[in-house]
Amino acid sequence: MTAVKKIPKDDVVIEGLTGDAAIAHALKQCDVDVLAAYPITPQTIIVEDFQKFAADGEVKTKVIPVESEHSAMSACVGASAAGARVATATASAGLALMWEILYCAASMRMPIVLTIANRALSAPINIHNDHSDSYGARDSGFIQIYTQSCQEAYDTTIMAFKIAEDHDVLLPIMVCIDGFILSHNVERVEMLPDDAVADFLGIREPVQPLDPNNPITMGPLALTDYYFEFKEQQDRAIKNVPDIFKRVEAEFEKMTGRSYGMFETHKTEDADIIILTHSTAGGTAKVVADTLREQGEKVGVVRLRMFRPFPSEEIAEVVKNAKAVAVFEKCLSFGGAGNPLAMELRTALYHLAERPMVTDFVIGLGGRDVPPTTFVEGYEKTKEYLKKGEAPSYETLGVRK
Amino acid sequence: MDTLTSSEKHFALQYLREEALPSPFCPGCGNGITVNAFLKAVKDLGHEDLSGFAFVSGIGCGAWIPSPHFKGDTLHTTHGRAIAFATGLKVARPELKVVVISGDGDLAAIGGNHLIHAARRNIDMTVICSNNFIYGMTGGQVAPTTFTGDRTTTSPYGNPERPFDLARLVAAAGASYVARWTTAHPNQASRAIKKALQTKGFSFVEILSQCPTAYGRRTKAGDAVDMIQWFKSLPIRKRDEEAGYCVPTKQAHDLGEFVDREDTEFTEALKAMVRKVE
Repeated sequence: MTAVKKIPKDDVVIEGLTGDAAIAHALKQCDVDVLAAYPITPQTIIVEDFQKFAADGEVKTKVIPVESEHSAMSACVGASAAGARVATATASAGLALMWEILYCAASMRMPIVLTIANRALSAPINIHNDHSDSYGARDSGFIQIYTQSCQEAYDTTIMAFKIAEDHDVLLPIMVCIDGFILSHNVERVEMLPDDAVADFLGIREPVQPLDPNNPITMGPLALTDYYFEFKEQQDRAIKNVPDIFKRVEAEFEKMTGRSYGMFETHKTEDADIIILTHSTAGGTAKVVADTLREQGEKVGVVRLRMFRPFPSEEIAEVVKNAKAVAVFEKCLSFGGAGNPLAMELRTALYHLAERPMVTDFVIGLGGRDVPPTTFVEGYEKTKEYLKKGEAPSYETLGVRK
Repeated sequence: MDTLTSSEKHFALQYLREEALPSPFCPGCGNGITVNAFLKAVKDLGHEDLSGFAFVSGIGCGAWIPSPHFKGDTLHTTHGRAIAFATGLKVARPELKVVVISGDGDLAAIGGNHLIHAARRNIDMTVICSNNFIYGMTGGQVAPTTFTGDRTTTSPYGNPERPFDLARLVAAAGASYVARWTTAHPNQASRAIKKALQTKGFSFVEILSQCPTAYGRRTKAGDAVDMIQWFKSLPIRKRDEEAGYCVPTKQAHDLGEFVDREDTEFTEALKAMVRKVE
């Protein structure tokens, strides 16, 4: 592997790509050995584009069009166990069907890169965006990163392999894009030269692959005697992620000038109220904050990228001096003490002697549009609750009641 | 143009939710013919409406045949699981006529396991498979029914795999009644569906159906008319001809009845066992 150096401007190819196409191009450059997938809207185009690269001989990848998502993730685990670099993509019910194998992939320490085009779960059937699918896989052991733009999706996919395959991590990783909002929208994407990506990633070096000359057994029975120790090791591995993530991003930044962090902060330094959200809603939130700032409001935004592992300490550090944090999230945890994102934040802040108020707004389920006014509504409500000194545990915005 | 009087109304309309029409199917889609073939069988059996029926479907274009169009109880479920849902429904309400209508991707790929196990149990339900040889709704990906060599979006240089013969598969798995027809044979298809609905046990009617949008364009099979012409050229089985083994090809996909037999039905067997225990 050669030392990472800044890529000359002339070597960068600029194209208009959808989120799906950007990820397909990233996968093409990552020299994936095996890709197994099943069609599901709004992810399908990733695999279609990739299959075309394979058919045209642009990649050497073995592509398996399996008969279900359950089989897709199973084939990925098999290939990864043999030492291959492996990727797949899915959404919604497809991710739900992968469920059983998600836990195997993480527990057997397979560094599989899984793109999720976030989509609502049935019933009723809905093909549009919310985050119920990947939030549901919160405890599966996958690393989860949510992206806001096609460029970020492209960059994150490339970095994902390096993070997942690091010997201090060896965990599968989800790269999430908002279904349709990002997966099907065309944006300007700067693509790296193939050899730069190849040098950056190198070839996967499996620690303990299946090898007939040196036979081992993976995933057999471990009952009361050793199961817990496996989980202990897995827990240690995911705690290593932030350090490795930062190192990989620093290297990527040297090459491209771009890095994103575990979360992005926008005008948070002196903010009284900080909006916490992620994915494409983060873009809307930043525009809203800019407009409110012009009107003299002290508001900022934290756009989360890494949901697993959750950067608790770092986020607490950023928001601890604010009067309130207004969480906007696209998922309902029915009957829970809170919804997934607000629950993480409240837990992260619990140890502080003085905590900002946390308000929680559930938005955009099933692809319901989230216009800037929805953020303003939540912001105004948060100001009101600050005055009153109390807030409801959560509210839904933008729905007929 | 004269307005239609109620007596001039299409026979199928009495069974359809008119507010759900027109259907979402593409121009030239075969699913409308399957709707009519099914509803004609229902009418020929003397049903004035769809009470007494329960329809279950999964995901894909074929799953839209009953839901939301049929004016009856319809359960629209997840991808591949229609037969599993229907099994629960039938066991809980054995007096209902349970009908699953869905596509090949739903019933034979992601849900293939449920299909063979329902046939093995010989549970009393009718499964109608609208087989268009491809994943139509997601835009034309290779399916387990796609012919060898066909070019699709996920097999751009030709499909290296062999397709399922669904009729033979279900017959071999133990179904009581199995037939295969096409949208070019609506009367034969309707008669087969009628027989299927009268069968006590698992009945399966495969209807080869043209998908000009996905299959026609991707595989260069042509438009709806070209595909109907192709279906008309398919060989028809002789009565009592041995099913044997064969891999479907575009020329040799035989039509007709594959199985029509009586055997123990699952809900009856279940009842008998419960009686014995009591």
